[in-house]
Formats: sequence, structure tokens, C-alpha cells
Amino acid sequence: MLKTFLIGIKDLRLIFRDRAALIFMLLAPFLLTLGMGLVTGRFSGNSSGISDIPVVIVNQDDGELATALVDLFNSEDLAELVEPSPGTSPEAARQQVDEDEVAAAIIIPAGFTRSIIPQQEGFTNGNQPEVVKIEMYANPSRPTSAGIIKSILDEYMSRIEEGSVSAQTAIVQMLVSGRISPQDAQTAGEEMAQSLGDTQGGESLAITLNTSTADGEEVEFDILAYLAPGMALMFLMYTVSYGGRSILAEKVQGTLPRLLVSPTNATQILGGKVFGIFLTGVAQMLILIGGTSLLFQLKWGDTLGVVMLVLVAVFGATGWGMLITALARTTAQVGSVGSAIMLIFGILGGSFIQLDQMPAYIQTLSRITPNSWALDGFTTLALGGTLADLSTPVTALLTMGSLLFVASVLLFGKKNLVQK
Amino acid sequence: MSNILEVQHLVKNYGDFQAVKGISFSIEEGEIFSLLGPNGAGKTTTISMLSTLYAPTSGDATIAGHSVSKEPMEVRNAIGVVPQDLALYEDLSARENLIFWGQMYGLSGSSLKNRVEEVLAQIGLVDKAKDRVKTYSGGMKRRVNIGVGLLHKPKLLFMDEPTVGIDPQSRRAILDTVKDLNKQGMTVLYTTHYMEEAEELSNRVGIIDHGELIAIGTQKELTRQVGETETLVLHIGENEDPEALVTAFKGIKGVLEANAINHEISIITHSAADVMAPVVTKANERGIKIHSIDIREPNLEAVFLHLTGRALRD
Repeated sequence: MLKTFLIGIKDLRLIFRDRAALIFMLLAPFLLTLGMGLVTGRFSGNSSGISDIPVVIVNQDDGELATALVDLFNSEDLAELVEPSPGTSPEAARQQVDEDEVAAAIIIPAGFTRSIIPQQEGFTNGNQPEVVKIEMYANPSRPTSAGIIKSILDEYMSRIEEGSVSAQTAIVQMLVSGRISPQDAQTAGEEMAQSLGDTQGGESLAITLNTSTADGEEVEFDILAYLAPGMALMFLMYTVSYGGRSILAEKVQGTLPRLLVSPTNATQILGGKVFGIFLTGVAQMLILIGGTSLLFQLKWGDTLGVVMLVLVAVFGATGWGMLITALARTTAQVGSVGSAIMLIFGILGGSFIQLDQMPAYIQTLSRITPNSWALDGFTTLALGGTLADLSTPVTALLTMGSLLFVASVLLFGKKNLVQK
Repeated sequence: MSNILEVQHLVKNYGDFQAVKGISFSIEEGEIFSLLGPNGAGKTTTISMLSTLYAPTSGDATIAGHSVSKEPMEVRNAIGVVPQDLALYEDLSARENLIFWGQMYGLSGSSLKNRVEEVLAQIGLVDKAKDRVKTYSGGMKRRVNIGVGLLHKPKLLFMDEPTVGIDPQSRRAILDTVKDLNKQGMTVLYTTHYMEEAEELSNRVGIIDHGELIAIGTQKELTRQVGETETLVLHIGENEDPEALVTAFKGIKGVLEANAINHEISIITHSAADVMAPVVTKANERGIKIHSIDIREPNLEAVFLHLTGRALRD
């Protein structure tokens, strides 16, 4: 175990002394993030880079709050961001999502407004009506867009809830103090609902890309929170293939045979090499995360979630690095295949183009890449998610890494790593 | 003295090709034993099997009482290996390399630190210990390469052609280091294709060719095999064809062997004085100018020539 650790640390030290590797590992993703941030207008502060998210809204409620929500999605402020269309029925709307025509369907059931603003009988008999919930049917292949729609909806509901409690309190106080009669309570409630709806529609700009963390802290969705992990993950693939290449390089430079004639067994050596790749990948990701946080004021989200996601993303990527190495015969092959995989996974995984904007089969294919799963996770965190929301990407990346490791070990078993 | 190494019928096959053909020999504690042979003779393959890197196809060897086939870890703890090619991390300094390799041999803490400093002093690189190996000259790299093999004070040190491709000064330093190590009690198995190195260093020499150990013994024992012979060495011009002369020389009465390497022709004879005149006559007949003639006492080169009909550097 100690020797495995020592070999890993030695590899980490070696890679951080390789200027060319450092350029690819750290400088390139940083500069590309900066460049894409400039292109998308992030640094001029006038664009999120995400636009025209298709969403279908089925309004089965005739109340003011439902109308206000529809108005919010159709407001000037959200005109660039979302492209809402009215839905005829919940089934049809869900089908549109299933067929990948829209990023999400919002279904406002009948009685929604009335469940928020109590009616006369609610005030007079003391029974609270059961709240009718809005349904959001999200498209899993468009996680970023669906996440944004959800954040808008969450924010709206949060305000409705605050307003509803205030309204109920005010009406009850007026009833108790005798300022209104129970017969007038319904009218008062409707007026407040109208007022509440107006307020939501009028303050839509603040809602645009905001969501809340579990602590209630407001988090602004930043396009860099998509671009930075995208670039970091793409160049993570460079790092893991570089690390894999070092296994074959040690064979060529004679240090691997020398290790094999020392009292160190093959498992310790291979384990050390894998540990070195993993350590390097984690270090790279954490440096990029730290760097973009400091220099771009980028908020990556829940710290625990970020750390966990980095660990599993590097684990999954290391699996790919090992597989490439196990299949290659020479360091040059690992280098060229690794570079190709880096670019292909970068494109497939959404580092350059959002997956939402790609054909369905590409979106399906993207799931073989660690980039895609990890990017989903980072987007979730940037939209206010926590570690608890990462179960899908974490499971997927752990599974991916484990399967690839098993395949690599089997292939390494058949490979003669001793002879030059 | 007991044997630290005993090799029994060691064979290594690569498909149909037999690289090592059932060699057997032993090395006593405290001696320097050289395996002398041309490139491709099977020296490195033999060392690779003895150091547990390659599994023998058949046969076995014991080192310090442990079988290389059945107890590789015990063997690895007992041996040090200086490979033919440099096996170092060039982006680490000499000290960092030694620390890492010392850790791989189970050294740690103050014993590791002290041993690294001792080895740095031994290889004469204390002043350059912090510099990265990639900034070193070839000779300095070779010294670090040797230092790594010494860290854990092995009972038996394998040195596989450690002087290949280096300048005469570094070569001299390495040969002196080997002799110093041996004076300190270290047993050394040294492979080379340089006859002079084998002659200078070894207590005993094994001559290996085409995977077979064709002779073994002290230098005296080996040269006795060629009998009371002398070697006549002729140096001819660069534009001359030595092969035609070699054929002609073989026909001279009293010439036992004749062989050419580049523009140097070696003739083994019982009496150099008797063949000198006909040799010069044959050269003159062919219009070939002889630049110089040396007469040499029997040496390992002559032994190799005698045993194989070829020169060591063929």
C-alpha cells in the first residue's frame, strides 16, 4: 500500500515538472474557458449564452396565479431565454417532452390558484384546502435547460408561498378584527391573489436565472458554470491519457523493468500508476475549480458535492485512460488516441455545444463519456443542487470507472509489460 | 567460500528462438564474475532471468539460497541490478531518484536518508545531487544508474554492460567503482563485450556465445585453452579489403586462425616469427600496404577466436 502511494506521488511530482503537460492540463482549459466566456458575453455581463429554451405550458387553472405564471414565461424579460408554447393537454405536453421537442412541460392543474388563496368557506370553517401542485415534466436529455426552467418555477413558487402566507395572515387578521365580514373574505382574497400575480409578473427579471440553494441562498446561474467544467473535463481526458502513457513510457525508459526487479509486485506498481493518474486528475480539477473561482468569481456550488463529483469524474476518466493504455502498443499510440478521445469526448460530452442542442442519438451516445455525466452534475450544483441531487451522475461515473478498470486489468494481464 | 549464485541448466525460449541454451555456472561470494560475449550472445537475457524479470523456460537458479522461479521476492531483496540502459526518472534529481528507489527497496526514515548520502558520495555526485538527471552528462547518469543498484547493499550486484556508450574517463571511474565495491565485499556479476574490462575486473570469466556458455574459468585457465599461441595483429589501410587477405593468410603453414575486424587482421599462430615473412609477402602480392604489426600474448580475445572462429566484436 505504501509503495503504491509512493509511486503515485512520484508520478504526480513528475507530471507537475513537465511544462508541456502543465500547459495542456491547466493553461489550455483556463484560456479556453476565458475565450468561450468572452464569446458568450459572460464577461460583458449581457448574456447567459443559453437561449430559446422550448417549454410547453398547460394551463388548466383559470385563476390569477396560473395566469401570472404563464405571463411570466411570456414576459419580455424571459423572451430571449425561453420559448414558451401553450399546451392542449397534459398528455400531449408530456409527449412533446418524450419526443424531445421541448425541454420541459409545465402543467398547472385546475384549482391551483384557489388552493393557494383560500375561499370564503376556507376562512369561515377553518379548514385549509389541500394545495394543488404544479407539475413539471422535465426532459432528461436536456438537463441544463430543464434545470433552468425548474429554477424559474421554483423561484415563482417560493414567492407565491411567501405571498400566500402573508395574504392568509392578513385576511385572518382582518376577519378577527372585524374589518371585513366573512362574506367579504373571498373578494379580499381574490384581490390579493390578483395583486400577488401582478407582482410576480412584474418582477420577472429578478427570477430569470435565479434559483435557491437548500439554505435559501440565492445563486445566479452563470454560463461559466457550464463552460468551465466542460473545459476542465475535456482536458481531464488529456491528463488521464498522459498518465496512461506514462505506464508505457516507463517500460520504454527502463524504469518499469527496474521496478519489477525490486521487491515491489506488479499489483503495487500498476496500482501506483493508477493512483498517480487519479491524483493528477484530482489536482488538475481542483486547481481549475480554485482558479476559476478566484479569477472569474465563478460559484461552482455545494462544496461537498463539487468534491464528490470531482472524485467520481476523475475515477471514470481514469478508467478510460487505463483502457486506452491497455489497448495501445506504444506511447505514441496512447498520445494520438488520447488526444482524439479528448476531443471526441469533449464534443460528445457537451464541452463545446450543449447536449440539449444535439440530436437525440448523440445525446444517448454522450452517456459513454465521463464528461457528459460530470457536466450534468456540475450544472446541477451550479443551479443550487447539493450532494443529495448527484446520485445519478455519481452512480453512473462510479459504474463507468469500475467497468473500465476491470476491462483494463484483464487486458493488462494479457499484455507483456516487461519486454521492450 | 560458499556459492551465492548457482545456475542450473537455464533455458529461455522466445517462440522458436532459443536465446539461452541450458547454461550452468556458479559464483562464489566475494568474487567478480564476468559474462563475456558479443552482442546478442544472451548475456542480458541471462541477467533478466537471474533478476526475476523473465521467467526461465526451464532450469532454475538460486541466489543466496532462494530460487529465482519460486521465491522471486526473496531473490529481489538479495540482489541489486544495474541495467544496460539508463533506468532513471530524468525529471527528478539524483537525490530524488535515489530516495524513490530506496523506498522501493523498503528503506525509510533516517536509514534511507543516510544511505542516499553515502551512495551520493560513493558515486561522486554530492555537489550535483539537487540537479535534475536530465541535465547530467552521460557518465554522470551512468553513475546514478549504478548508485540505484547499491542503495540496499545487495549481496549480489548484477551489472549489465554498464560502460556502453560512455567516454573513457567515465568508463575508468565505473571500473574503479566496481573494484572498490568488490573490495568492500560485494559480489558482482558483470556482463561485457569488452575483453579488456573482463580481464581487468574478473576473478573468473564465463564466455557466452549464441546462448551457450562455451568456456568458464580464470583468465589463465581460459588462455591455456588456446595453448602456447601468439596473436599477430596487422593494421591495413582503410581502403584495403581485409577479407581477401584473411583467406590468403589461412593458407599459410602455421596459421591457426585468421580474422578481420574493420582494418585490423588477427592471426593466431604458435610462432609469430615463423609466419611473419609469408604474411608480409601475401600482403605485398596483393598490393596491400601494412601500416603496423603487433605481436600479442594470448588473451580472452584469442580464446574467443579460438573457440568460435569469430572475433568478439563480430
